Amino acid sequence: MSGLLDRLDALRRLSADDQIALLFVALFGALAVASAVVSLRSITRDDEEGALREKQLRRGLGALWLGALVFWVSWLSGPMGSTLAFGVISFLALREFITLAHTRRGDHRGLILAFFLVLPLQYLIVGLRRFDLFSVFIPVYVFLAIPVVSALAGDPHRFLERNAKIQWGIMVCVHGLSHAPALLLLELPRFGGRGAFLLFFLVAVVAAGQIAQELASRALRLRPVVWQIDRQFSWRAFAIGIAFAALAGAGLSWITPVDAASAAASAAVAAASGALGELVMRALKKDAGVRFWGNASSITGAAGLLDRVAPLCFAAPVFFHSVRWYAP
Amino acid sequence: MTRADAMGMLIAFIARLVTGAQGHWKGCPPKAEQRIYFANHQSHLDWVLIWAALPVELRAVTRPIAARDYWTSSPFRHWLTREVFHAVYVNRQRTDDQDPLEPLVEALRNGDSLVIFPEGTRSHKGDPQSFKSGLFHLAQQFPEVPLIPAWIDNVQRVMPKGEVVPVPILCTVTFGAPLGLSAGEDKPGFLERARDAVIALRPSPA
Repeated sequence: MSGLLDRLDALRRLSADDQIALLFVALFGALAVASAVVSLRSITRDDEEGALREKQLRRGLGALWLGALVFWVSWLSGPMGSTLAFGVISFLALREFITLAHTRRGDHRGLILAFFLVLPLQYLIVGLRRFDLFSVFIPVYVFLAIPVVSALAGDPHRFLERNAKIQWGIMVCVHGLSHAPALLLLELPRFGGRGAFLLFFLVAVVAAGQIAQELASRALRLRPVVWQIDRQFSWRAFAIGIAFAALAGAGLSWITPVDAASAAASAAVAAASGALGELVMRALKKDAGVRFWGNASSITGAAGLLDRVAPLCFAAPVFFHSVRWYAP
Repeated sequence: MTRADAMGMLIAFIARLVTGAQGHWKGCPPKAEQRIYFANHQSHLDWVLIWAALPVELRAVTRPIAARDYWTSSPFRHWLTREVFHAVYVNRQRTDDQDPLEPLVEALRNGDSLVIFPEGTRSHKGDPQSFKSGLFHLAQQFPEVPLIPAWIDNVQRVMPKGEVVPVPILCTVTFGAPLGLSAGEDKPGFLERARDAVIALRPSPA
């Protein structure tokens, strides 16, 4: 045990660049091994169900490769590049959300404000590291501006409901997601230049929790808590997901500024937030008439991006503030 | 690459960024054969959306119909419709000695595909208006060209009437199964059937 801790300590003492290099070698190595295993197994299997499972696995792996590549490129291109990349993801997620929210003609000006003013401004504020303004810009100022623009459009029909939809969409897709690049730019004492680790830590533990929860609910066939919304979500699978995320967090603590116990705790909080965020997004999609998760649907607007970023949208703000408050 | 090609790529990119311009091929695959696409008409963006939803190889041989007086009135409009979209120009004022379908017939003889909006004008709410007879006459003259119905969904939300800035909202173009003129079918019957085929493609939330 002490040998392991020594080794973690040795990793922590490496320079930032060496740590990053090690991280990417480990990440791409793990992905290469996983892809090789899937390819080898596909040679031996030929039944129908296996083929379907393998297709899903391949798609999941493809998404992971893409995510890892984006992460790498955004690291190479510096903080501005990654802020821009998340800005684009935010734009696409908000586009999908607004499509499913069925806005009316009177919302047009408010939506223009959201897409072409609020979104770029929020990411500009992130890029400039104005974290005080960043935390209040959308919850306070945009919250007040959207209904004003909406009232000026002169359509009183379901006024509060329409504005609530737009504000909620901006909160989740722009405010929530913008906390991911904010992690990159967060300046912590004795942790300079390692912001990318925090983002990687967040994405890794949330993904670990999601995968564990998914596998648990498939293997155990537990009773769903809210079958009207999600046929799989159960408290025990949820708890297994969190536990697994906490373990992953402890294992990755060497890339964070905190000790293993704190890393495990913040990983658990982030994973819980992400899993609940996904549940909320499923409820929203059910209401919009989308029956399938992902983009296997003919409904206009169900492009499947929202499903994938929803856990991050919910986990990033919670994790960001936990790091900001409790980090040394 | 010419300037027109670059402009075309830019327009298609913007259309995809703002609307997604997803093509759902339900009744037929995208294929390099001569076709007449006909769709519901809700917005100025309809043509761009169908065009961007087509695979790149089909865009160059699929042509829109443009009103000659408006789309040739300035050098830029003329260049855009002629060089980028390869539009077929028609006269809106009917003259006695000319068949208004003549330019369309010529384009079809040439082997090009066409996109037409048989309602004639844009309809903003509910079901499409009844179809004009042009589609029937083209079906009569070119029985070998498949007629592909298409439903353009959501585009009226992107840019409502009177607005100039589009809002990013996802749109889809659903292409249906080809239909043709049956033996002995009369004009109102065929136009009604064609309109029903378009309406049947509307995606409905289950």
